Order: sequence, then C-alpha cells, then structure tokens
Amino acid sequence: MWMISYVTIGVEPMKVKSVSDLNSWKSKCPKKKDYKINVLVCNGTSCMSSESEMIIKMLEKELHTHGLDIDIRIIKTGCFGFCGQGPIIKIEPDNTTYVQVKVEDIPEIVEEHLIKQTIVSRLIYQEPDQTDMVHDSSEMNFYAKQMRVALRNCGEIDPEDIEQYIVNDGYFALAKVLKEYTPEEVIALMKDSGLRGRGGGGFYTGLKWELTRKVKSDEKYIICNADEGDPGAFMDRSILEGDPHSILEAMMIAGYAIGANNGLVYIRAEYGVATNRLRKAIQDAKEAGLIGKNIFGTDFSFDIEIKLGAGAFVCGEETALIRSMEGFRGEPDKKPPFPSEQGFRDKPSSVNNVETFANIPAIILNGPEWFSKIGTKYSKGTKVFALAGQIRNNGLVEVPMGTTFREIIYDIGGGHPEGKAIKAIQIGGPSGGVITKEYFDTKIDYDSLLSMGAMMGSGGMIIMDEDDDMVQIAKFYLDFTQDESCGKCTPCRIGTKRMFEILERLVNLEGSPEDLEKLSVLGENIKNTSLCGLGQTAPNPVLSTMKYFREEYEAYAYRTKKTSYTIDPKKCVGCTKCARNCPVECIKGNVREVHYIDESKCIACGACYDACPVNAVIKP
Amino acid sequence: MRRKILDMTTLDENLLKKLDFYIESLEGDKKEHLIHVLHKAQGLFGYLPQNLQLYVARALDLSGARVNGVVTFYSFFNEKPVGKYTISVCMGTACFVKGADKVLNRVIEVTGANKNEMSEDGLFTIKDVRCIGACGLAPVMTINDKVYGKVKAKDVDDIIRHYRSRANES
Repeated sequence: MWMISYVTIGVEPMKVKSVSDLNSWKSKCPKKKDYKINVLVCNGTSCMSSESEMIIKMLEKELHTHGLDIDIRIIKTGCFGFCGQGPIIKIEPDNTTYVQVKVEDIPEIVEEHLIKQTIVSRLIYQEPDQTDMVHDSSEMNFYAKQMRVALRNCGEIDPEDIEQYIVNDGYFALAKVLKEYTPEEVIALMKDSGLRGRGGGGFYTGLKWELTRKVKSDEKYIICNADEGDPGAFMDRSILEGDPHSILEAMMIAGYAIGANNGLVYIRAEYGVATNRLRKAIQDAKEAGLIGKNIFGTDFSFDIEIKLGAGAFVCGEETALIRSMEGFRGEPDKKPPFPSEQGFRDKPSSVNNVETFANIPAIILNGPEWFSKIGTKYSKGTKVFALAGQIRNNGLVEVPMGTTFREIIYDIGGGHPEGKAIKAIQIGGPSGGVITKEYFDTKIDYDSLLSMGAMMGSGGMIIMDEDDDMVQIAKFYLDFTQDESCGKCTPCRIGTKRMFEILERLVNLEGSPEDLEKLSVLGENIKNTSLCGLGQTAPNPVLSTMKYFREEYEAYAYRTKKTSYTIDPKKCVGCTKCARNCPVECIKGNVREVHYIDESKCIACGACYDACPVNAVIKP
Repeated sequence: MRRKILDMTTLDENLLKKLDFYIESLEGDKKEHLIHVLHKAQGLFGYLPQNLQLYVARALDLSGARVNGVVTFYSFFNEKPVGKYTISVCMGTACFVKGADKVLNRVIEVTGANKNEMSEDGLFTIKDVRCIGACGLAPVMTINDKVYGKVKAKDVDDIIRHYRSRANES
C-alpha cells in the first residue's frame, strides 16, 4: 500500500521526458476540487506523537462505514505550525480547523461536520480575550498575520505523494530554469531576488552560487544543510517532513546554476520521519524521471543522496559538515579556502540551508521582483520562526522580514499563557542573544538583530517570563556549547569550559564581583579567536544577558540572590498541599492557617510552587 | 587482557553477515561511508563494543583508532550496552524552561540508573538529549520511539511502571 498510484501509460509509471509530459501529468493528477471535501490531518512529528496516526485510521474506518470515502479525501499533511494545539484537523473547502482532536472525537466530527454540515464547536480553538469562535483558520489570529512562502505546501499537501506536489506547480520551476534560462541567468535572478541564507549567517545565496560557479572543476556538489541542531528550532524538520520535493527541486536548480550534477542532503540522525519522507521523495522523483539523466530531455543530469549525521552540533558549520560527510570526526577547517573553492572531496561545493532551498522554486515561478518586494531593504522575503517557551501558541510561524517582535509574540503567539509579563526573547539559540521588552517594536531582519547583539540564527525564539532566571538560561546555553565544542581550537575548547565554571560558581553563590569582569573579557577573547562559528558565537548568550540583565548577575556575584521559595501570606489558604509535597519538610503551618518556609532548609526544588493551587508560593 | 577485549570471534556471526552484506552494497569509496556503516552496526548489535569497532575498521581498511575517534566524537553512538528501553529526556531550551531537569531527576530516581547508563535490571538507559524539535509539547521525553509530551515529574512513576510491567509480561 505504500506505493503511490502513478498515472500510468500502459503498465509503466509516468516518465517525464519533457515539459509537456509534466503538464499532461499535472492535468491528470487528482486535485482538491475533485472531491467534495478534503480532510487534512497533520502528520508531523509533534502531532504524530499525540496519536494523529490513530486519528487517521479512525477517520478512514468511519468514512468507510458511512460510504463517504469516494466524495471525501483524507490528506496526511506535514506540519500546520500550530503545534501547541495538536493534533489538528482542517476541513476544506470551508477551512474549519479542529484542535486537540482525540481519536474518540472522530465519529462526532464525521457525523456532525461531514454529514450534517454543522460545526463541532467544542473542538474549535478559542482565541484568548474573544468570545466569538473563529472556525476558519485563515481568520485565526495565529494565521492572519503570517505569509507562507517557504511553508507554502506544509499542511496543504501529502508530502509522500509526488502528484500533490505537482498539482501545486511542483517541478515547474525546474522545468522553467532548464528550458528558459542559462546558469548565469539563474544566478542573476537569485541575486536580484536578494535571498539570503536562512541557516544563520545570512550570506547572499546568489553570490554564493556565483562564487562556486566561477571555480573551474570537473566535479561540483550541491549540499543541503539539514543538520538543524539549535535547541528550540524545528523549521527545517517541518519543511522536510511537510514538503520534501521542494528541497529536491531547489537543489537541482542550484546544481544547474553552479554546474553540479550531484547533490547531498546532510540530515540529523534524530530526524527519522523527515529522513524517511525525503528517501521516498527521492525514490518517487527518480522513478518519474525528474531526478536522473537528461531531465526534461535536456542534457542536464542530477543525482541526490542522503548522508546521515550522528549527533554533533558543530556539524551544522559547513566545513565540519563536509568533514562528517567524508566519514571523519566533524571538526571544522579554517577558511579560506571556502567550500566554494574546496568543499566535499576537495571539489567546489555550495552549502545551503533547507529553508533557503524551500524559497527557491517560489522565487523562480513568481519572479525575483515579487520576492524582493517582501521584507526590508537588505533582508528580503519571509522568515520562519519557531515559537516556544512561555507562549500561548507554540509552533511554527512564517512572517515577512520587518515584522516586529511584538506582532509575533502577542498577535500571532497570543502572549503569555497565563498573562504574565514577558521579560525577554532568546533568539538564535546558543549563538544568539536576548531581546528585551524595550526592543519588542524593532523590525526583525538580519542587520537589526546583529546591532542588538543577537543574531537570526536558524530562527528559534524562546519566550521568557518574569520567573525565568537569565543567569541560569545563559548557563544552560554555555553548558550546551562547551559540551558540543569539538575540541579542535583552544579558545573554544578551554574558554567555554572556563566560562561555564565561572557561571557555576556564581550560581552556587561562591563567586565574586570580579567574576563578571572575567566573564566579559574571556567572552570577547573567545569570540575573536575561535576557529569556527560555534566558538565565535558561543559567548553571545552570556554577553547579551550580562548587558541587559546585569542586576541578575550582580545578585549572584554579590551573593544577595535569594535562593529559597517564600509564601505570600495574603494568598495562602492553608490547604497544606505545599507542606505535604516538600521533600525536605521545611514548610510548617496548621490546616487553614498561613504556612511558612524555613529558608535555611529550602533546596529550591519547586515542588511547593507546583503544588500550590492558589499561586501563593513565590519563586526566589 | 587487551587481546580479550578485541576478540572479534565473540561477535554474533549472523549479524556480522548482515553487516558484511551492507558494506558490500555500498558504492564508491567505502571509507567515506564510515558513519553510515556505524549506524548500521549499532542498529544490528544495539551498541558498538570495541571489538565491533575493530571489525568495522578492518572491513573498511581503516585504523582502529580512526574508527574509535569517530565513534567517540558523535553522541549518537554508544560504546556501552543499552537497556531494552532508552528513555531520552529532551534538554532543549523550550523543555528546559518548562522543567525538563525535574523530569530527568525523577527518571534517574525511579529507574536507579544514572545519565548515559543502563539500569541494573537491564531495562532502561537514561539519556539527556538535545532538542528533538517537539517544542510545542515541552517538556518532552521519549521511550524508544514513543513520545511523551507535557510530562510532569509526578507522571514519571506511572510511565516507568507501565514499561516495567510490560517487560514482566513478555
């Protein structure tokens, strides 16, 4: 059953040998409008873990019992982005979106919505501060301000069905490029669009291709960097899971532009679902003749293979990634020579990120002018951000460059889940920094972030509230980078370790005010002297939190930081829950009387905080 | 003693045959595929003991040191045996700010196994892992392929009990 049904000529699967073959295939592919209703079920990692597969089985069974399986089609899609509310079902054409659907809700959805055409209102997402139910997803706050370019097919099509990709103009950008443009024209077009790398640094994609094209060599490589290692970032995974063909198509366009005939995708071993979907996409495209020899009857040939990573964050750095693909320890090399001169197997290679690739077919089909109209002066197009942490709408959002933080966290993200004050946003993961609330109205682009001491990184945004301790957060990131440091260069290997030790000393109230000075000097030195991007950015989380939240560091350095929990006597109702949950029995008080915490014994485990039903426990 | 550790004759012959078959099927320069071969070997044997690493080295015409260097560099590869169930607690930022450390501590208490070690009964291996990208469900814990989202420290006991009783049944 896993084979997809090709439109067949005789018994052979459809082989695309020309653009007109692709056109005629497209016209024969089943389309959404061929069905009365399309039921879209999210099958991304996040929703799958909340049993979306069981939901699909139940739906199939119910539709079959009611004899509806001819008029109604189930589409297993990639991520809708609204991950915090998963599993999600969207019903087209009216776009009704049901959230947190359980297997036992399916018979009701089938009978009420699909048969009687009445909306099951209890499964509709309730917008905060609104009494009206918004059932149409395009009118939900979460989606209304988004603009989906890289995610255009995610949550719209079945990623395992090549025909659904073709119906949405899939592989037509490749056809256009091969038939109508010279490689130099493709590069000029990419430069005109202003597309910059979405993996972190923001280097111009067209320029990277041009540099790689100029180097003379018998063999060149296109490499897709899918080693998404930043904690809190999952945009690349969602694109690979939701729209794998767009990456393959873009890699071939890039290959044509630089003069490469081989592409490699370096993907994290942890991304099992994404790897399997990518494998299937490559196989299907090969069988259809869209990957292989003489594509569209031209003399351009291209092959794509997958290389698995094995759990090393540093391999997201392009030279380390190349070493890892060659079967070595993933240690970075000095640049120059850049991969565009000497990359994989010492041949010129262009390494581009997943999200960058996902933009390319859309740019080709809509034209560079369309793309360069979106965004700010030097940052064109859109950016996908992963929202996580203390925010109501966890998930994946795509907005035009130049959108403000406030719009993202309050309009799209819905603000804090309990209405607490949001103190800061950590952006760019272990390489990035914090944005404080004074800067929430800044328009987001590559340059504005750099000027604030943060960076775009891959686009993970972690929202922090007034209870989050910025020193602990910085320590968390440094623990990560010092552990992931490959050990090749001294500043990163030893420097990050020493910085981590200083932070540990501070947090244990064993530090001194001089430690703050040491931290910043050491941080600057590591930034200036490390070999690769990992070390050059590793001190950022510490330096940026020290800049904006110095008082939190000083509280530790001068040892005035309170480390025990306390109880607000005005709120305490004397229910005894905190005392019963305390592992060190340091909470005293009689039933229905105010309780007290013995601060000398408190180990700050937080058990009382979690247990209190009236929020009377105050964090240190 | 050293000879005994690297005695390759103790390795399961049927599994080695499968590994040989996989290596045989690789195209181009086989050395370049070292990481894929190690993935395959770990998939077959569960972990990568040193004699197996040496076997891979011999098969690909590499030095044992080179293979060991790669195995120890990447966190995905285990040199020690793993339990029937691998419990991975996500320590990504989103999970961390939502209390993943408390979940991890509870897992360690309940199973009696330390981080990156196997419990005495051979059932559980505990790992703190990098972001698995399910941040919408933070804090997240996985047991083999099953994902548990929005886990609280107090949920851990029930989850572990479930796996213990399942192991007793089989």
